[in-house]
Amino acid sequence: MANDEAQGVEGDLLVILRHGPHGSSWLREGLDAALVAAAFGRRVTLLFMGEGVTALMPAQQSGPLGQKGTSPTLEMLEMYDIDTLLVEAEALARFGLRAEGLMLSARAVEAKELSVLAATHSLVLTF
Amino acid sequence: MRYAILLMGAPYSSQAAHSALRFARAVAERGHRLEGVFFYHDGVHNAARLAAPPQDEPHLVDGWTALAADHGVPLQVCIAAALRRGLLDEREAARHGKQGHSVESPFELTGLGQLVDLGLRCDRLVTFGP
Repeated sequence: MANDEAQGVEGDLLVILRHGPHGSSWLREGLDAALVAAAFGRRVTLLFMGEGVTALMPAQQSGPLGQKGTSPTLEMLEMYDIDTLLVEAEALARFGLRAEGLMLSARAVEAKELSVLAATHSLVLTF
Repeated sequence: MRYAILLMGAPYSSQAAHSALRFARAVAERGHRLEGVFFYHDGVHNAARLAAPPQDEPHLVDGWTALAADHGVPLQVCIAAALRRGLLDEREAARHGKQGHSVESPFELTGLGQLVDLGLRCDRLVTFGP
């Protein structure tokens, strides 16, 4: 059952990322918060929601504006022991993406699991 | 109850900073403990000491400073988010060879670890953003 799966995801910090890689610094600064928490030994779960799922598109480049890309940061997550990556199933469908095609392994979660996730983490930060 | 505030909205650009300041005062005046205000993302602009709003608008920098003075609330500003937006205290200005500085006490530049610590230590972390 979907709810039981979400129940199994626990941690100190749930970081919800709702913005794409370019256009604003939300994603980058959200990832920074996750990395710092992990560096301090906190158990961190990442949830990519809405437009945030595009952060996981493969073959990203920084582009002509010279903004720092986020994919090198995402590739470092494993080194920081951030291995619970979740993506909002509805957003994946909306953007025509499939969990298997993303640059990192992430589990799709249904909307009804979100409240469970919020309850199983001590702190939730939304970016 | 122990509260903390995370402010991610720039002053005057959105309602976030005004609401956060009013909420902060309400928390303290109700007798709760406000353990700190953390400024991140565009919220770091609230720490700009040179802000000079028109006299018929609330002065947010003065408001935060008064909150710190009246209730001893630490005002912590993310150093990485601040530096890239041109918000430097005297020490950072010297370190980067800049003339003048834009952040001073009671605001203090600090690391993101403080935000995580604050959030986990308090009963409630309330976020204000655009």
